[in-house]
Amino acid sequence: MKRVGFLIPLFVFVALAVVLAVGLNRDPREVPSPLIDKPAPAFQLTRLEDPNASIALADLRGKVWMLNVWASWCVACREEHPLLVAFSKKNLLPIYGLDYKDQRDDGMDWLTKMGNPYQASLFDGEGRVGIDFGVYGVPETFIIDKTGTIRMKHIGPLTPDVIATEIEPLLKKLNA
Amino acid sequence: MIPELGHFALWLALGVSLVLGVMPMLGAASGRSEWMTLARPSARVLFGLVAFSFVCLAVSFANNDFSVLYVASNSNRLLPLHYRITAVWGGHEGSILLWLLMLTFWSAAVAQFSRHLPETLVARILAVMGWLAFGFLLFVLMTSNPFDRLFPAAPEGRDLNPLLQDPGMVIHPPMLYMGYVGLSVAFSFAVAALIGGNLDSSWARWARPWTTAAWFFLTIGIALGSGWAYYELGWGGWWFWDPVENASFLPWLVATALIHSLAVTEKRGSFKSWTVLLAVLAFSLSLLGTFLVRSGVLSSVHAFATDPTRGRFILAFLVIVIGTSLGLYAWRAPTVGLGARFAFVSRETFLLGNNVLLVVACGAVLLGTLYPLALDAMNLGKISVGPPYFETVFVPLMTPLIFLMGIGPLARWKEAALPDLVKRLTWAAGSAVVATLVVLWAHGGIGFVGALGLLMAFWIVASVATDLVERLRPPDGTRVALLQRARLIPRAMVGMMIAHVGVAVFILGVTLVRTGEVERDVKMEIGDQTEIGDYVFTFRGAREVPGPNYQAARGFIDITKNGRPVTTLRPEKRIYTATQAVMTEAAIDTGLTRDLYVSLGEPIVDKSTNGAPATGSGAWVVRVYYKPFVDWIWGGCLIMAIGGLLAATDRRYRARVRQAKAATADRPSVQVLRPVTAT
Repeated sequence: MKRVGFLIPLFVFVALAVVLAVGLNRDPREVPSPLIDKPAPAFQLTRLEDPNASIALADLRGKVWMLNVWASWCVACREEHPLLVAFSKKNLLPIYGLDYKDQRDDGMDWLTKMGNPYQASLFDGEGRVGIDFGVYGVPETFIIDKTGTIRMKHIGPLTPDVIATEIEPLLKKLNA
Repeated sequence: MIPELGHFALWLALGVSLVLGVMPMLGAASGRSEWMTLARPSARVLFGLVAFSFVCLAVSFANNDFSVLYVASNSNRLLPLHYRITAVWGGHEGSILLWLLMLTFWSAAVAQFSRHLPETLVARILAVMGWLAFGFLLFVLMTSNPFDRLFPAAPEGRDLNPLLQDPGMVIHPPMLYMGYVGLSVAFSFAVAALIGGNLDSSWARWARPWTTAAWFFLTIGIALGSGWAYYELGWGGWWFWDPVENASFLPWLVATALIHSLAVTEKRGSFKSWTVLLAVLAFSLSLLGTFLVRSGVLSSVHAFATDPTRGRFILAFLVIVIGTSLGLYAWRAPTVGLGARFAFVSRETFLLGNNVLLVVACGAVLLGTLYPLALDAMNLGKISVGPPYFETVFVPLMTPLIFLMGIGPLARWKEAALPDLVKRLTWAAGSAVVATLVVLWAHGGIGFVGALGLLMAFWIVASVATDLVERLRPPDGTRVALLQRARLIPRAMVGMMIAHVGVAVFILGVTLVRTGEVERDVKMEIGDQTEIGDYVFTFRGAREVPGPNYQAARGFIDITKNGRPVTTLRPEKRIYTATQAVMTEAAIDTGLTRDLYVSLGEPIVDKSTNGAPATGSGAWVVRVYYKPFVDWIWGGCLIMAIGGLLAATDRRYRARVRQAKAATADRPSVQVLRPVTAT
């Protein structure tokens, strides 16, 4: 029995090492969104190219869709855009853009030059809807399911890795 | 060519460290002295090779050799030469090389100053250090080679992180690493003793000066880091309970416990297995700190490079080193024995209390540092633990520790009479209370925590004074000159007293800053004034000043006290050319009883200048702080460190005396009848 006491430091250390090993594969700067698995905030916004046509959250019910927050002034969006255009060609789900704190003309101009992966782009010039969605850096990407619940959020530019390991498996699950 | 030589030297060092790790260990196991004698020269050669490699890197920095990736990432032609040299340890690769340099330096030092030690013990100690060096060399060569070439060479370097372009940063990392790595000596002593199985009081006597020396460097290193944060980060704080700070504080707490526990093991032969465990833990926590800082598992204001490959390597190293040594401990420590018995009221008990409190405090800090990580690892969410937790936990643990600090040195070993102790300490307790009441009466309004802090500080000073007076008072009316009595007090004892007074000074500083500081963020236009107490701060405007590798806006703030000018402070806001990083350079008027601290916040942007800061005319947000006794915090640390230095250089540890006593070194370890002298 007496010997067991001398093993305690070793056991404590092993537990600590496990925690460290798991912690090593996590990003301390990654903050989860409180919106995951919550209903997406309701919105009604005009389309980017047409100030008279509007789209509301309710219109998108019944399908799994992606909301990609972008802006013509955003350098990281420029980096992300080709990937998004390629991804849209796979037709896995409709992608809606949220043109965040932008000018209509600049936004349309940008899509013409860079290619348009979006089913439609919502224009959020004041950034109100962006705030409802908790956007704090552009680009950000949300996946919203058939019931209007946010299932995934990605901060920063999408990468092929994120699409392959996170988005596509999630879509399989949601469409199953 | 020079970088290749440095790189090559590291590979040679790897081979030498393997020889050092294997041969003497086998020699000690099989009793072959010719293998054991390899230990000393190998340790020296190892140090020489690593030092050579370090110099190669420094030369590459001095020559602006931007074909070396590490140099290009951490230096710049505009950087002054002294910062180009210190930029060697400004990034990850160089820091690890510095760590390695320190490690091999300590091994060489052990090789040099161990002539009085048994040959097998030296062989094992150096072999353990050889393995540590092997692990770190492998780490450098596999994941963090500072000599990697960049092709084509960069035309210009990316510059040293501006936060590190500061005199404090020049000496902070070497000091801290000397302390961190110095604990590897105590660790190697412990592992060697566990392997050899002979753990007696002479072992403790040999380990003590090394431990105290490492503790000295660690104390200075932490104090420098704290001072650097105070004037360089521009927030006026001196300790943030940041994970990286905690990483240096954890080994300090355990090393402090170890110093005290070693005293018991040397004098009384008790606490043996506990002392060995502390020695293992102290260095393990140094390694853990390295892991936390270098792997990026924790987010921190220090935000070092995050690279999972490096993290995995260090974690594997950590598991091997700590796992092996704790396993060895579990296997061998039960046979070590208990040592001499002691009564409930005795110096042993008080030192045990000290140890328990320090280790619990260390555990609490470790928990607070790793708790967010553990929660995240178990998918329970992300949280952060801040100063409120640490302060709530720490103060209640330190209060009894300070209380014991007053009693311990006056209590006898083995058994002390409680009534006698109470009688001797009445005067100290009384005068501490009176002094606290006097301060409260004169100043008032410092609250309960403030009063408690003062009481603790005065209690330490009064009890040290009691101890000193008792030692100087001639016994039984014999008339021995005061000076002669003073000379009889061992140097280690004087060191202990000084270190304890340092703690008192430190507590005074913390308490008075806590209760008396005034922090004010004010918008100031030219001619605006703000008052703190008797001091009036007048903003005289800001203007552009060019620096060697930055552009600065320098503010001018006149300070007067009761209408008489005190000084003009010149805080700066710098934009570094290469990185475009903005740095706040606070200006401080340092005084014995207060600091006046001014730093520039943001310029109030004038719309008409289209967003550019309108220096020379515009208004600024100015942070004006009044910090009473803040320098006592670092003064206290310095005094503690000086105490440690005196204790480590006590003459009974020094070679000549030891050689004279060498014949008697193998006496029975427990010296029950030895009078109370140094701890």
